[in-house]
Amino acid sequence: METVKIKINGREYDVPKNSTVLEAARAAKIDIPTLCYLKDINEIGACRLCLVEVKGARGLVTSCVYPVNEGMEVFTNTPKVQQARKLNLELLLSNHEKKCLSCVRSTDCELQKLCRDYGVEESHFGGTRTQYEIDDSSPSIVRDNNKCILCRRCVAACHKMQGIGVIGPNDRGFDTHIGCAFEVKLADTTCINCGQCIVACPVGALYEKDDTQKIMDAIADPTKHVAICAAPSIRATIGESFGYAPGTDVEGKMVAAMKALGFDGVYDMNLTADLTIMEEATELLDRVNNGGKLPLITSCSPGWIKYCEHYFPQFTENLSTCKSPQQMFGAMYKTYYAQKMGLDPKDIFFVSAIPCTAKKFEVGRDGQSAAGVPDVDVAITTRELARMIQKAGIDFCALDDEKFDAPFEIGSGAGAIFGATGGVMEAALRMAAEVIMGKKLEKLEFEDVRGIAGIKTAAYKLGDLKVKVAVASGTANAKKLLEAVEAGELDVQFIEIMACPGGCVNGGGQPYQPAVVRNNVNLRELRASVLYNADAKMELRKSQDNPAVNRLYEEFLGKPGSHKAHELLHTHYVKRGM
Amino acid sequence: MKKKLTTVQFRGTKEQEEKLLEVIAKHQGTKGAMMPILQEAQEIYGYLPIEVQKIIAEKTGTPLEEIFGIVSFYAQFALNPKGDVSIAVCLGTACYVKGSGDLIKKIEEKLGVEPGSTTPDGKYTLEATRCIGACGLAPVLTINNDVYGRLTTADLDGILEKYM
Repeated sequence: METVKIKINGREYDVPKNSTVLEAARAAKIDIPTLCYLKDINEIGACRLCLVEVKGARGLVTSCVYPVNEGMEVFTNTPKVQQARKLNLELLLSNHEKKCLSCVRSTDCELQKLCRDYGVEESHFGGTRTQYEIDDSSPSIVRDNNKCILCRRCVAACHKMQGIGVIGPNDRGFDTHIGCAFEVKLADTTCINCGQCIVACPVGALYEKDDTQKIMDAIADPTKHVAICAAPSIRATIGESFGYAPGTDVEGKMVAAMKALGFDGVYDMNLTADLTIMEEATELLDRVNNGGKLPLITSCSPGWIKYCEHYFPQFTENLSTCKSPQQMFGAMYKTYYAQKMGLDPKDIFFVSAIPCTAKKFEVGRDGQSAAGVPDVDVAITTRELARMIQKAGIDFCALDDEKFDAPFEIGSGAGAIFGATGGVMEAALRMAAEVIMGKKLEKLEFEDVRGIAGIKTAAYKLGDLKVKVAVASGTANAKKLLEAVEAGELDVQFIEIMACPGGCVNGGGQPYQPAVVRNNVNLRELRASVLYNADAKMELRKSQDNPAVNRLYEEFLGKPGSHKAHELLHTHYVKRGM
Repeated sequence: MKKKLTTVQFRGTKEQEEKLLEVIAKHQGTKGAMMPILQEAQEIYGYLPIEVQKIIAEKTGTPLEEIFGIVSFYAQFALNPKGDVSIAVCLGTACYVKGSGDLIKKIEEKLGVEPGSTTPDGKYTLEATRCIGACGLAPVLTINNDVYGRLTTADLDGILEKYM
């Protein structure tokens, strides 16, 4: 790697030739504050917080977009720099609704932290403040432009990262605001509810629609039986909300906290991830053997489903008809479990804790009411669950580990890895391979479909059958993949698509991480490692070996793909178009 | 100032659409072609309503919001068609101190149209302009190519009557 010599704050460093001043400083363990900068997707020098002095340069320069050159002398922390940053923060605050006490981002707001660091005077500039109506039309995402600082990180996440672009800057000057085309509400656009805009937002201008009060009300209602199930990935991330480093597995504490909240049952969604595999792998083999529509595409990610319905309606017949694990769980709970326990499905309040904001949309979809009532009553994000735990005064870190409740307590390693891109594919292959070859697999790892690459392809010879598969995460990658399939450039039978880059571990409902972490730590990989490590340590690593799943089929569903399974566990899609 | 969305019904013709498609085809694949496409589209239609922006979005593979963002940013692009009667009230300093603020308010009330937009029937457009250089006649307004100066709100009824 070619390097250049530069001086930062009087000390000499060798830094990569093509880096920016910001990157060079970070490599030297010096942090320069930023608000708008997100590596690779939002490098626009707009917020002017990363200002530094460069010897010989006219005025201060924005380090996030300023390239280094040989002999450059940079000063990141002079009084002049500090004063400029402070002034810029005060200007940002002058048109910011300072309702910090009750703000959902209070204590993890990037603007709040910088204002504290720089000793900013809140009311330095008076004058006009623009007033915006809060857009809470979407079932998933709330936009409060009164708190927006126009950094455009959400716009970059939506447009550049996800390839969607339903939000952007409208009008100009003091009237500039982030909104949708022709000022329609978010719910009336092709937004897929993935929530990547929320996790990109440095302040409280974007957040999920909070459904926690509905749960607390249900728990307080003695006539309600209230149950919760935890998605595969949230045990790998919720610890971050309580100070654990990214990549810490806190399953036992999470279960204990859920029990302390007062749920009547606390269950593992890994189990219905296994159930999904039983149904989906059966569907795949059926389509392969009986000339059904191929490639089959997974249907676990509701963000991806809505994307497909809007942007690729010609592919809706390729979608697996399987409900997502969340919906399968609710469906089984309100039919099988209700029957077993003599409960009226109407009295059951079923909650899913998921890394996802799109699941809030999914619970209200048609064809998701196996027992005549919605399969899932409320879907809450990892962040909402963490807030419930904090509000209830539960000392998360001090909890002793507890286990999920029977009869939905067992998930396989195949179910566990659902939370990472390629996980559903690997889980399905573990089952399909054994069914096709009629013998036990010796090696369970399908390494080609692992890792955080946006698009992965692989081919496996299973007995006489050659199975070609592809995996994409992030809808911009899904678009590339589907265009290649349409153009005949890619011939595959089975595709896994997750709406969020990296899969559920990087979902739009996961704990906030500030830009300084998002830019410098590989969150997707760290969080995914929790799931792969859990899988590697398990005895039970294949969905088809899960005794709890097999019990469901024996006692209730018959066999995978049965008429009853179709009635309860499968759904349909609509061609929404643009 | 925030651009006003139109309430005028779209009356685009097949011929206009064909011309628009030609314009888009001409610029297809050229980087940074959105500005000329929008400029030429506005020449065809006189303004850039949602129907036109949607065609451009679809044919260029650009999100509709990105196009709307550009159109709402630049003063040269119009979201409202020019009405048959185009009224521009000068809000330059001289006119303003001589009471043009009252004039524009009165016209707003009388015609039911906000500055920067056109009545739903497409007849009247009201605009607030900066100094038009006729300070000696302050307060001044123009209707199409006619100039009216030294006005009071009492004069408005008589003037507007001519264009009804």
